[in-house]
Amino acid sequence: MGNVGAKEIPELLDKDGKRIDGRGLNDLRPLKIEAGILKRADGSAFVEWGENKVMAAVYGPREVHPRHMQENTRAIVQCRYNMASFSVDERKRPGLDRRSQEISRVIADAFESVLFVEEYPRTSIGIFIEVLQANAGTRCAGIVAASVALADAGIPMSDLIPAVAVGKVAGHLVLDLRKEEDNFGEADMPMAMVPKSGRLVLLQMEGHMTRHELGTALEMGVEGCKKIYELQKEALRNRYAIARAEGAA
Amino acid sequence: MTNEVTTEILVAHVMELAKAGKRLDGRGIDELREVKVIPGYVNSADGSAYVQYGLTKVVCGVKLEPGTPFPDTPNAGVLTTNAEIVPLSSPDYEPGPPSPQAIELSRVVDRAIRAAEVIDLEKLCVTPSEKCWTCFVDIHVLDDCGNLIDAALLAAVAALKNAKLPSERFGLGETAPLHVAHTPIEVTFVRLGDTLIVDPSSEEEATCQGRLTIATDERGHICAMQKGRVGAFSPQDVLSLAERAEAHGNKLRELLHHHGHAHPGS
Repeated sequence: MGNVGAKEIPELLDKDGKRIDGRGLNDLRPLKIEAGILKRADGSAFVEWGENKVMAAVYGPREVHPRHMQENTRAIVQCRYNMASFSVDERKRPGLDRRSQEISRVIADAFESVLFVEEYPRTSIGIFIEVLQANAGTRCAGIVAASVALADAGIPMSDLIPAVAVGKVAGHLVLDLRKEEDNFGEADMPMAMVPKSGRLVLLQMEGHMTRHELGTALEMGVEGCKKIYELQKEALRNRYAIARAEGAA
Repeated sequence: MTNEVTTEILVAHVMELAKAGKRLDGRGIDELREVKVIPGYVNSADGSAYVQYGLTKVVCGVKLEPGTPFPDTPNAGVLTTNAEIVPLSSPDYEPGPPSPQAIELSRVVDRAIRAAEVIDLEKLCVTPSEKCWTCFVDIHVLDDCGNLIDAALLAAVAALKNAKLPSERFGLGETAPLHVAHTPIEVTFVRLGDTLIVDPSSEEEATCQGRLTIATDERGHICAMQKGRVGAFSPQDVLSLAERAEAHGNKLRELLHHHGHAHPGS
């Protein structure tokens, strides 16, 4: 958020209401999800969403390291969201900065809400998200990928979690911000939803919106999540349809 | 390294197969897995490549930024190579500072790039002692199914070949391709009893009695070597492996030249 000094602000909406990449206000960027792409991981997924490239791997339930973090009554959910140094225009110093740590935390909390952690006491479920190429919305892409990876790992959960950001540019609410819209827009609100209950397990917001706008933004986000949910299920069907076909051959 | 339990029965099986000149995945003793290179995989990097050696997957991104030359090399740019074994890549990962394996990987790749003079660092100098280009070569291991070293260097070289010097972004003239002078390729072998196999899988790495990596370049020079793991190689072993390394190196250079997809075979 916030304008970057002297840089010229691009025209984010043209007179026909088309966005910088030609999308309408309610359009998602192209989203491709592939399940089971890593061999070593217990579950994995790759998400290409607009110009984002994000991989997620899931390990566990497995032994907890360090041991003192172990919980006697439930599994702990450990998440690491990490951006590659080359994933952004200006090289990012490798490693977890405060932003990544916070995002890791809220993603772990989101998943703990749908995982049956009490079924796996004294274990850890590890969710690892690597952002290889970033263009706004990487935490949402990470959640979308991690959901599919958890299902691919066969870890019981109440539902997949789709996620998307809603924002405001040039006074209009828009779905699924891209980088310019995030940098020069007026608001950014990433959210993740449990489709079965319709509840949000992740919600963050930065910027300015009226209460009325917030209501609309939430509706737009819910509709966006429903579309993404279908793509997540399709990715899993594709993966296991292939597995079944190979098994039968 | 491989903390995951390798069952004795698997070790015995891998050894038994090697004795008969066979391998777990059906490859020949001197056969590489299928190698795949996708240059320009990451748009946000100045150069990048995704590389697969069988199911081992790595991605490398190159970033170039203005910086200051080191006081002892006022006429040269700065090159930094770093390999990260991220927790995504295998169940053996442990949090904390880089593991000895990750440090070795970074250093072995860095050494080959420097020794083969892949990029002429003097060309990265803008104003002696004051301004130069800093070249960051960052490698991420995504799926560790064995032989990270070879995959990491191939990714690094492919990413450098694909890189552009972003002069325009920093007001230093016109953006131009980064000049790549030489193409080193590392080829790793491990010992299984008396058998020396190329491009080990993770099961073979966990079983082996010694590992040897040899980098050769297109001039036929051997430019870097690294012996790893417990075990030993005779001088004759080293010589014959150097010959095999060069042959594989030539095929992989050919592959890099044509980009994309190929099966170098045995």
